Amino acid sequence: MANERIKPVDLPEPRYEYGADDHVFVELAEAMSFTANFKAMAITQQVAERDIEGVVENCPANASYMLRIDPEVIHPDDLIAELRELEAELDLEEYEWETRLIDVPVLFQDPWTHETLMEFRDRHQDADSTDLEYSARINGYDSVEAFLDAFVGAPHMVTMVGFVPGLPWCFQMVPRSEQLEVPKYVEPRTDTPSRAVGFGGAFSVIYPVQGAGGYQLYGRTPIEVLDVDQSLPDFGDSMVFPNPGDILNYRRIDRETYDEIREQVEAGTYEYTYERVRFSPEEFFESPHEYNERLTEVIE
Amino acid sequence: MIEIREGGIASTVQDLGRTGHYHIGMPPSGAMDEYAHTVANYLVGNDGDAATVEMTYQGITATFDDDAVIAITGADMSPELNGDPIGTWETVAVDAGDELDVQFATDGARAYLAVAGGVDVPEVMGSRSTYTLVGIGGHEGRGLEAGDELPIGDPANGSADLVGTRLPAEYVPDYADEDTVRIVVGLTSYRLTDEARETLCSAEWTVSAEADRVGYRLEGPDLEFEERDQPFGAGTDPSNVVDLGYPIGSIQVPQQPIVLMQDAVTGGGYATVGTVISADRGLLAQRQTHKTVSFESVDVEEAIDARRRRSERLAEIRSVIDG
Repeated sequence: MANERIKPVDLPEPRYEYGADDHVFVELAEAMSFTANFKAMAITQQVAERDIEGVVENCPANASYMLRIDPEVIHPDDLIAELRELEAELDLEEYEWETRLIDVPVLFQDPWTHETLMEFRDRHQDADSTDLEYSARINGYDSVEAFLDAFVGAPHMVTMVGFVPGLPWCFQMVPRSEQLEVPKYVEPRTDTPSRAVGFGGAFSVIYPVQGAGGYQLYGRTPIEVLDVDQSLPDFGDSMVFPNPGDILNYRRIDRETYDEIREQVEAGTYEYTYERVRFSPEEFFESPHEYNERLTEVIE
Repeated sequence: MIEIREGGIASTVQDLGRTGHYHIGMPPSGAMDEYAHTVANYLVGNDGDAATVEMTYQGITATFDDDAVIAITGADMSPELNGDPIGTWETVAVDAGDELDVQFATDGARAYLAVAGGVDVPEVMGSRSTYTLVGIGGHEGRGLEAGDELPIGDPANGSADLVGTRLPAEYVPDYADEDTVRIVVGLTSYRLTDEARETLCSAEWTVSAEADRVGYRLEGPDLEFEERDQPFGAGTDPSNVVDLGYPIGSIQVPQQPIVLMQDAVTGGGYATVGTVISADRGLLAQRQTHKTVSFESVDVEEAIDARRRRSERLAEIRSVIDG
């Protein structure tokens, strides 16, 4: 298993769709895969580089992407023609990008998400377990510990940012056979603590602010993904820290470390631990575990 | 300066929104009814993107500490100045010390107060629009409350000459009659059964009490999904898709449809089945809770035409007002 390759997926023909007069939505695949996501990132990067007049928003997503346009400047059909052209020319094998390997400390089974998940047991598939107990069981793990070992055992790549400002959707960098998968809550919760770390479908997320949510709740990070006042040192350029393509390395911490880091964040002095790395999909696909080890070494 | 005495139910400062940040999860915000907002600005000599006060169901009570030129458009909320009724869709002079009292909406849901010079709160990421979820823009990132003071920008030359200008009746919408909004069916509408796609456009939907700047939840018949083995990463419910971007105006179907509005969540894992066209989003924003609405399916050319006609109409209004 350790040497398993990731096989590129043969994607279907993209589905080009109008979001009324002012959006073009392109679904590259119905199922999640690194191939679909890398394609979404590559095409949207090309769109940004071409600086196409009339494109006002450019949003890569997990296995799709969306552009908002001013149709009085560019007709959606003209844009779609250009996107088809881009798609035909794209060579994903040669595609690489600069990214960041980011350390994300997490207190799993923390008191705050525990209180929330207990409060909403009636909206969950399994009222008699915690979200982690349930997730471990349906993924075939004997214990929560073993499940968490798998969850933090390989980094997670940010494949989309959105829902609310700063929320990263992350896909774990392992072969499909090792991917964890869980359903979302039967009925969404009306409350989730800020900085909660959740998991739904095949995506881990960090909730930037308190609010509604439907993902299984596992823990809480002391660090921020959104800093509206931009007062923390790493938020000088943007109020949002994670970007699509970033790689998050979740790290288990205890309560004491959580409190220490939280104190630094609240004092406005906390700085993210991260390193810039060059990401090569081809090398990653060839030997994912080895590649991840080399990547994560830079912040250890 | 405008001093707020009563904030109403949900009154926020809005312009035409912030663009370029959707990919980090930042919705545009901005006026829900762009037509009414823009006309209000034109009536006081502002550009269309100056900031106005958007009032929902109930207006504000406020005093002016200087002479000002104002216009109120959108929903009819029976505004009064010092206790006397004033016209809507009309340019009105206000004297220093006057009290403006905007009451409950009788027709429509949102009214816009424009003031010559615009509401001059600081720009955040290129816009003065309020986005309350994360508390940015507008006045301190939140809805207006008693005691708030709104600064006013420098009026354009000649704005005082506009006093008494009334928008010709042909340009004034009658929100009570606007019970149809046009949509382009698409996005992941392949998830619905043929019958459900038909139901979407034939049913009469009722605007629920959960209808705000984020989204309008509608009540009506159930929409069934095509059966399938759920794709990897989507989640188990038939309504789930691999999380994707949501267009402004898009209709998602967690159970009952929700139309996403200006403070939309930017993406998520529910199937999207169509999008309200840009020219009609403001009409939906004026639809009160418990009123009904129907969707009319149009193609993209009609959607673009409607947008173009609205731009032309606004240009005509500008030239009528400026004489």
